[in-house]
Amino acid sequence: MGIDEKKRFLDQYQGSGMEYDLPKDFPGKVIPGGNGGNIVVTALDSVINWGRSNSLWPLYFGTSCCAIEMMQTGASKHDFSRFGFEVARPSPRQADLIIIAGTIVNKMAPVLRRLYDQMAEPKYVIAMGACAISGGPFYYNSYSVVKGADHVIPVDVYIPGCPPRPEALLEGLILLQKKIKTEHAKTKVNPIDGFDEGTL
Amino acid sequence: MSNEELIKLIDTWGFTLQTTEEGTEFLTFTVRKEDLHEFCRKLKADPATHFDLLFCVTGMDWGNELGVIYHLASTDLKHEIVVKVMTADRETPELDTVCDIWRTAEFHEMEVFDFFGIRFKGHPNLKRLFLTPDWDGYPLRKDYVDEANMVIK
Repeated sequence: MGIDEKKRFLDQYQGSGMEYDLPKDFPGKVIPGGNGGNIVVTALDSVINWGRSNSLWPLYFGTSCCAIEMMQTGASKHDFSRFGFEVARPSPRQADLIIIAGTIVNKMAPVLRRLYDQMAEPKYVIAMGACAISGGPFYYNSYSVVKGADHVIPVDVYIPGCPPRPEALLEGLILLQKKIKTEHAKTKVNPIDGFDEGTL
Repeated sequence: MSNEELIKLIDTWGFTLQTTEEGTEFLTFTVRKEDLHEFCRKLKADPATHFDLLFCVTGMDWGNELGVIYHLASTDLKHEIVVKVMTADRETPELDTVCDIWRTAEFHEMEVFDFFGIRFKGHPNLKRLFLTPDWDGYPLRKDYVDEANMVIK
């Protein structure tokens, strides 16, 4: 997928003929943005994180009844646009976050993985409800249900419930915002790195 | 037509039937599998019964027998019955199709074949509907085994 070859910082360009000319006493790190547009990351990180965490665009992945609670969370009574989630996307290309709201079956698992791979980095995953966490009521004696979405893609926040109430989803979304606010571009790792995909 | 009238009428047709109303919402006829097609044809063709709507087809595994349950209704005479049929042959279970009587049975029988492995004689296009074509076994049977995906309790 080319994730491993991706160069994140300027010092990774050493010896590749693409070195950038920086003064020796430059205080921060520079992430190469391609065609000359570089990003300075210093204390700006916190400002950037503040902006990112407050405009998370979720991709809806509602496969069962949790999706109803997710819709209710978006509707006027609970209204998650108060926290910056209002721009729900039907397309992975425009989304920062995927909310897995429902059961994942073996037939759906490759679709979920493909959508996740199509999302632009940085990307986050919320597993909403018992089915997405562990298979839930379908854990035993089921030939078709994946026993937890984290067998397919790495999950950041788990929200228990069957289905969780909208308040619980809001809590999970705010938890994710807190996680994003502690991130640092220098130390951020790609969650798919080292992800155990298991064997079957 | 009331259930009593239906029983009285259908008894005159001369099929070997088990009739029950106990523990079920619908009047239930259990028919021998050899009679299934003729019985269903008669249910639809007779103007006094005229079951023109097949609203549910259920595959069933009773442990020893495999079978199919048909829910029938008449849209103009407003009565409903259930027809049950079963076969003790688990290796190559075969029943007559009813999709020439009620066209909707075509997809329902594909589904029953998909999950229970019951073959329908005379079905025009019997193949896997939901599962992949190379699927091994019939997952809704009681004795289905899948060690990779199933956690048995």
